[in-house]
Amino acid sequence: MSAILEVEDLKVDIPVSSGMLHPVQGLNFSVGRGETLCIVGESGCGKSLTSLALMDLLPSKATRSAKKLVLDGEDLTKASDRRMSDIRGNKMAMIFQEPMTSLNPAYTIGNQLMEALLRHRSVSGDEARERAIFLLEKVGITGAASRLGQYPHQLSGGLRQRVMIAMSLMCGPEMIIADEPTTALDVTIQAQILLLLAELQKEFNMGMILITHDLGVVARVADRVAVMYAGQIVETGTATQVFENPTHPYTQGLLECIPIPGKTERGSPLGSIPGIVPSLVGDLDGCHFAERCRYSNNACMSGNVEFQAGIEDGHVYRCILDKDQCAANFAKGAA
Amino acid sequence: MSDTGNKKTSSVPNVTTTPEQANEPSAMSAMRRRVFGHYGIIIGGAILLLIFGMAIFAPYLTNFHPILDQDLSNKMVPPMWHDGPKVNPVHPLGTDLQGRDYLTRLVHGAQISLLIGFAAMLISGVIGTTLGVAAGYFGGRVDMVVNYLITVRLSMPVILVALAVVSLVGSSLWIVIWVLGLLIWDRFAVVMRSTTLQVRNLDYVAAAQAAGCSKFRIIMTEIMPNIANHLIVVATLEMAHAILLEAALSFLGLGVQPPAPSWGLMISEGKGMMFFDPWLVGIPGAALFALILAINLLGDGIRDVTAPENRN
Amino acid sequence: MLKFALRRLGVAVLVALTVSLLTFSMIYLSGDPAMALAGETATQSDIENIRRVYGYDQPIIVQYLSWLGNALQGDLGRSHYLKTDVSEVIFARLPNTMILGGTAITFALILAIPLGVVAAIRPNSIIDRIALTIAVIGQALPSFWFALILIFFLGITFRLLPITGTSSWMNFIMPSIALGYYVTPGVMRLTRAGMLEVLGSDYIRTAKAKGLRPVTVLFKHALRNAIIPVVSLAAVQFGFMLGGSIVIETIFAINGLGFLAWESIQRADLPMMQAIVLVLSIIYILITFLADIMNAWLDPRIRVN
Repeated sequence: MSAILEVEDLKVDIPVSSGMLHPVQGLNFSVGRGETLCIVGESGCGKSLTSLALMDLLPSKATRSAKKLVLDGEDLTKASDRRMSDIRGNKMAMIFQEPMTSLNPAYTIGNQLMEALLRHRSVSGDEARERAIFLLEKVGITGAASRLGQYPHQLSGGLRQRVMIAMSLMCGPEMIIADEPTTALDVTIQAQILLLLAELQKEFNMGMILITHDLGVVARVADRVAVMYAGQIVETGTATQVFENPTHPYTQGLLECIPIPGKTERGSPLGSIPGIVPSLVGDLDGCHFAERCRYSNNACMSGNVEFQAGIEDGHVYRCILDKDQCAANFAKGAA
Repeated sequence: MSDTGNKKTSSVPNVTTTPEQANEPSAMSAMRRRVFGHYGIIIGGAILLLIFGMAIFAPYLTNFHPILDQDLSNKMVPPMWHDGPKVNPVHPLGTDLQGRDYLTRLVHGAQISLLIGFAAMLISGVIGTTLGVAAGYFGGRVDMVVNYLITVRLSMPVILVALAVVSLVGSSLWIVIWVLGLLIWDRFAVVMRSTTLQVRNLDYVAAAQAAGCSKFRIIMTEIMPNIANHLIVVATLEMAHAILLEAALSFLGLGVQPPAPSWGLMISEGKGMMFFDPWLVGIPGAALFALILAINLLGDGIRDVTAPENRN
Repeated sequence: MLKFALRRLGVAVLVALTVSLLTFSMIYLSGDPAMALAGETATQSDIENIRRVYGYDQPIIVQYLSWLGNALQGDLGRSHYLKTDVSEVIFARLPNTMILGGTAITFALILAIPLGVVAAIRPNSIIDRIALTIAVIGQALPSFWFALILIFFLGITFRLLPITGTSSWMNFIMPSIALGYYVTPGVMRLTRAGMLEVLGSDYIRTAKAKGLRPVTVLFKHALRNAIIPVVSLAAVQFGFMLGGSIVIETIFAINGLGFLAWESIQRADLPMMQAIVLVLSIIYILITFLADIMNAWLDPRIRVN
C-alpha cells in the first residue's frame, strides 16, 4: 500500500502579541491509500491547525513550513495558490466539525454540491446533478432528487453532515481529512456517521485522516494512530499497537482516563492527568509533557526528545524512558 | 516582542490554539484601534474647541459688528490671500455684499450653529431617549407604541416638513430649534432602545429588581450609566445633523433670517456672485465642513475608545 | 412568507393613516388656513369665500375625512395658486424626482459597494484607510455646499456639464452626485462590516476547501450574504432622497416634487404643500414595505418556511 500523503517536519508558526506561537512543531506522518490515520489529542494540541496546514487554509498571519509535504507524488510546498485551489476539493477534500454553519444559507444544497464538481471538471449541469443524487444516496439520504432543491436550514445537523460528506466526495478525492466530523452531533448519530465514513473510504479506496479527541472513535475506525500533545506527535503506531501497548506516559494517561465497564471499580476516582498544557509561545526546551508526567525527572526537562522504537515495528514514541520500563509502568497503573 | 526564555514554571498561562483563536486580533491591533479613536477625539475635540472659542469670544475677536457695521463703499473686498487693489488687511477675510466684515460674520455665525446644534440635540435627545429607554425597558405594548411612533416619524421627510412648518409658523432662531428638536429624535429612540434591550437582561439589573428597587431608580442607576457612551455618540451625530439642517433651511431662506450671520444664509447670499467672488461661498462652507467634521470625529472617536469591538 | 407580508402591510397602512392625519393638520399651524391662502392683500369677503370653497368652515373631522376620501380616489384638491388639480401637477413632476433619486442612489451604490468590499478584504490597509477617510469627509460635507462646488468647477470653470434644467441626461449628473454622495459612507461601512463578518464564517471556509476560485468565494458566497442588509439600507435611503431632494432640485432647477414643494411654500399654496408631503410619505412607506419584503425574500431562511 503506497502512501498517498507523506509529511515530514510540518510546522506552523503564528505571530501573537507576546511572541511567536508554535502550535504545530515538526510533525512526521504518512497516510496510505485506503488507510485511516487518526490524530488524537486534547483541545488545543494543534490537530485542527494541522489539517488546515495540509489544505493550505491557515489564517493569513500563520506560516507553514515542511521538509516534505507530498500528496500523490506532488510536492505541495511548491504548489502555487492556483494549484492548491485546483487540488482542494478535488484530490484532497475536507470535512469540518460544525455542520450547522458550514453550508451557505443562501443557496440550495444541490447548488452547493454541484458547484464542487463543476469547478474541477468540465461536465454538464445534468451530469453534475446525477453525481450529486448518486452521492446523496450513498451517504444514506433518501429522496435525494427532491433534497437538491432544499436549503441548509431545512435539514437537521446529522443530515447536513451527510451532505458535507457527499460534497467532499463529488470529485472523487484520493485523500479526505475529517476534522472532528461527529463532535457536534448527537451520540446516536455519531456512530452512523463514522460507520458511513469508514464504508465510503473502503469503497473509494481513499486515504483518510480523522482528527478527534474521542478515543472511542479512534478504536472504531483507525488503522493507524498518532497521539498529539502540545504541538508534537508523542506516539505513533497501528491502532492495535497503541491501544494494547501504550508506551508514552501521555497515551497511558489518556487510556487510563477511560472508565471500562466491568473493570473500573465503582466509586474509584476516574483517571485524570493533573496540570495544564504548557505555553507554546517562544522556544520550549525538553519534553512538553514533562511537567505533568508521573515519571519525569531532570533529564526530561532539557534537550530535544527524539522518537524511540517501541515494542513492535512501526510503533514509535517520544520519550527518554525505556520501552520495557513504560510497559511496566502501564501494567502497574492499570491494575 | 521578547521571547519569554525558558518557561518551565507551572504558572505560565495556558495558551492553546484553536483556529478561531489564531484568527483573533492580537493585542497590537486592538491597541491600534484605541489610538486611532484617540486621534479622532483629539483632532475633533481640538477643532471643536477652536470653533467654540470663536463663538464665545466672537465680540472680542474683531472690531466690527456682524450686522450693523455696513460700509457699502467697501463691499466685496476679497480676502487677504487674493491679490488685487481692493485687498484690505483690516478685513482679513474680506467683506460681503453689504460691506460687512466677513471674519466678524464668520465668528458670530459660529454662535448660531453651535447654539442651534446644541439646543436641538438636547430637545431631541430628551424625547428620543425617554421613548427609547421606555421601549427597551418595559417592552410589550410600550415597545409597540414607540416603534409605531418611530415609523411614523421616519415616514415623513424631515426637511420638507421642517420647511413647511417654519413657513407656516414663522421663522426665528427658536422656532427653528424647536422644529428641529421635535423632528430628529428618531435615532436617539432607536439606539437607546436597542442598547437598553441589551443591558436590560444583564444580571445586575435582575439583582436590582430582586432587591426591590423602584423602576425609575433601576433605570437611572443601573441602565443609564451603561448606555451613556452610546448616548454620547448619538448626541454628537444628531448635533451635527441639526447644524446641517439649519444650514440647509437658512440656505433656502426659511431658517434664521437675514441679517443674522448664519453660515447657511451667508452661502445663500454669496451664491449669486459665486463665479466672481468664490470666497463668499467657500469660507462659510468650509467652516460648516470643519465643524461637522470635528463633531463627527469626536463622536466616532468616543465610540471607538469606549467600545472598540463595535468599530465598523 | 405570506403571513409576514400581510403583517407588514397592516403596519404600513396604519402608519400611512397616521401620516395622513398629521399632514392634514399641518395647515392649521398657521392659525387660519383661509387667511394664509388668501394672502396679505385679501379682504374679509375674499377670506370668507376661500373658507367656503375649500371647506375650512366645516368641522375638522369632516374636513379630514372628506380630504382623505378624496385623496384615496386620487383627488388631492385644487391648487389655489395654479388653478389646476393638485394631483395633475404632482404626478407630472414626480418622474423627475424619481429619476434624480434613482440615479443618485445608483451612483452611491456603484461607489460604495466595491469600496466596502475591497476595504473588507484588506482591513486596516491603505485602501481601507482611504475608504474610511472618504466616508468621514462625505458625512461632513453639506450637500448644498458640495452642489455649489460641483457647479463652480464642473459647470462654470470647466464648462463640462449643464447646470440647470432637465433637458438631457447630462443635467442629472451633478445633481445625482450632490444628492447621492451623502449616502455613500453609510453604505460603504455597512458593506465593509457585513463582508468582514461573513468572510469569517464557516461556509466561506467550506467554499475555499472546495477549491472554489477566490472571485467565486468573494462574490457568489460572501457578498451574496453580506449584501442583504445593504439592500434594505439602500431602499430606505432612496426613500429619504425622494423627500430630501428639495435642496438639490432648487439649486439645479430640476422640475421635480422638491422644487414644486419649494415653490408652494413660497406661495403659501397649502393644498399643494399638504399633498406633496402626503405623496412623498406614502411613497416612502411603500418603499420600506417593499424593502422589508425583499429583505425577507433574499434570506431563504425566512422565505422558505
